[in-house]
Amino acid sequence: MVLFSRLLNKFQYLGAVTLHSFQRLGRGSLFLLDVIMASASLFSRPMLLVKQLYAVGVQTLIIIVVAGLFVGMVMALQSYYALVDFGAEDSVGVMVVLSLLRELGPVITALLFAGRAGSALTAEIGLMKTTEQLSGMEMMAVNPMKRVIAPRFIAGFISMPLLATIFSAVGVMGAYLVAVEMLGLDSGAFWSQPQNTVDLYQDIYNGIIKSLVFGFAVTWIAVFEGYDCVPTAEGLGQATTRTVVHSSLAILFLDFILTVLMFAK
Amino acid sequence: MTSRKIEIWVGFFIAAAIAAFFMLAMSVSNISSYGGGEQYTIKARFDNVGGLKVRSPVSAGGVRIGRVTEIEYSSETYEAIVSMAIEVQYNKFPLDTAASILTSGLLGEQFVGFEPGAEEDYLKEGDTIDLTQSALVLEQIIGQFLYSQADDEE
Repeated sequence: MVLFSRLLNKFQYLGAVTLHSFQRLGRGSLFLLDVIMASASLFSRPMLLVKQLYAVGVQTLIIIVVAGLFVGMVMALQSYYALVDFGAEDSVGVMVVLSLLRELGPVITALLFAGRAGSALTAEIGLMKTTEQLSGMEMMAVNPMKRVIAPRFIAGFISMPLLATIFSAVGVMGAYLVAVEMLGLDSGAFWSQPQNTVDLYQDIYNGIIKSLVFGFAVTWIAVFEGYDCVPTAEGLGQATTRTVVHSSLAILFLDFILTVLMFAK
Repeated sequence: MTSRKIEIWVGFFIAAAIAAFFMLAMSVSNISSYGGGEQYTIKARFDNVGGLKVRSPVSAGGVRIGRVTEIEYSSETYEAIVSMAIEVQYNKFPLDTAASILTSGLLGEQFVGFEPGAEEDYLKEGDTIDLTQSALVLEQIIGQFLYSQADDEE
């Protein structure tokens, strides 16, 4: 009898976890609808958006530029070491450019973005909720969806592709520094091989589409976790952690799906 | 932080992103092979196109004059039909121009090379080149070499 009741407990736990996750998914989707509806009001108050573009985009720029530079430099070095054995070191340029545009640019930017901007969004909104600022706004007949959430969501959505493009461009320059200036490869081959191989639509646009999708997912998770957090110090901490973990997993999972859809032959 | 400073920074951010996009599009992608002047189409029949792909270059005398736009297989003649878009400024190829599939370097990419002939009339939009030389397939060459070695020994 004891065994049976223990078994029942296990089932109850499983059921509770499943129902809880579906409930969160449902709340998240309804929340997303609300945010998108509220975003229309940004056209009448663009200054709210500009402030968030500064907080979310401009302040993430430094880490993106530095990371892009070093990722490009390391990629160039590593592909040089691998390719020089086959006498194919002239392909360093095309290898780095393709990896940056297709994968590393969007994915690393999104991971850094989740860590730098996503966590800040969650903490900020969560603290507003914990200190009852959001309720205060509602009391003053200010819609927090329009005033707080929508500008942050749209700013994140816009910033991601811009950051990813800058990351790729800086990465290419870093690769150029290492390949041409340091390793002494031919500068003509470095630029002309990508020009023959990289396709504007297939590679550059698809990379931008990827970063748009990542930006959407990361900011959605970040603002929802903040808005939905348990309003205590501990709940806020957990929500911030969840933002980083969930959005990183979402980025890697979505990246696989998008790669299969885009580059399958 | 005044709102003027914030606006300046956001403007700088967006300008940097646009500059980055154009830098990528111009210097590392094939944007120059899109548009950029009119083109005319020439077809060529090959027994074997090897590793030729759509967007592979077409060159004459080492100069790039166009690119491959389509590769089909004809079930009637059992040949591969390669369509190529040639830039209009290179419109003086004689009718008996020969096309061959060449490889840049030992393991490099394959491209179509034009060898002009001596006819008075020039190739026009939609014409087909019949004088072609297929891609070298390494396995066939090795096979022929081995057979000829075996023949010599007998």
